[in-house]
Amino acid sequence: MTDLLFYFFSFVALVSALVMVLNPNAVGGAMAMIVSFVATAALFVLLEAYFLAIIQVLVYAGAVMVLFLFIIMLLDVDKVEAAYRFDRIGTLAAVCGFVLLASMLVVGLSSSHLPVPPTELVASNPDVISQSSGIPFTSSSKSFGYSLFTKYMLPFQLVGFLLLAAMLGVIVISKRASQVD
Amino acid sequence: MNIGIHSYLIVSGLMFAIGFLGVILRKNTLVLFMSLELMLNAVNLALVAFSRYNNTMDGNLFVFFIITVAAAEVAVGLAIIVALYRKRQTVMVDELNSLEN
Repeated sequence: MTDLLFYFFSFVALVSALVMVLNPNAVGGAMAMIVSFVATAALFVLLEAYFLAIIQVLVYAGAVMVLFLFIIMLLDVDKVEAAYRFDRIGTLAAVCGFVLLASMLVVGLSSSHLPVPPTELVASNPDVISQSSGIPFTSSSKSFGYSLFTKYMLPFQLVGFLLLAAMLGVIVISKRASQVD
Repeated sequence: MNIGIHSYLIVSGLMFAIGFLGVILRKNTLVLFMSLELMLNAVNLALVAFSRYNNTMDGNLFVFFIITVAAAEVAVGLAIIVALYRKRQTVMVDELNSLEN
């Protein structure tokens, strides 16, 4: 059952992502993007990351894509692209992309083990495992709060500051643009 | 958990490559930006898979921070695109060639 769900949702996520990339209409692309984000949230649920799945739907499929749709409609770019960029640079870059994909698939399919700490290091210093191992995995969102306020306190506060800076930056950019007009 | 980590990594790699293709292929700046978001999303999927199969919570927290930073990035990027459209009346990258000689 879980296997079928994984195949179904990964298929939906990849096909809608492809539709987003190839759709000449930007609004249709944004709609396909929402489907792709929701399917990715379903994959998060299959990985038992329930809190992240909810955050994904709320922030990505909700706020971010609504902002995208709002800007697409605000700018009213009704001019449909005539053709894709299949010039020399575009073809070369597409080849590079497929080489990237092929190498990732080869690496992902061939090596089936993750690196482990060397044994003599473990023997001489038993703390190396307890130092390197992180917070144990739980599916409850309680562990998120616990980790955010203990181990990740500084990044948490920095992210808050970053959000403030982004908000101020957006206000400044919008204000300057309106003063120029 | 019959599905291994490799399946998730392959889906993540395919999604990343699709986003990369969109960045290469498209001319509309907004669609290009959406393809960037798709690439970030693919990396998120890989990180959550690593976190689950490694039995640690740190990957999940990293994805939490990535989503927050991506939301801030989208806000600033869309503001820049709107400012660009006000100045140049276009969002197509092949028409934004004032630096080309």
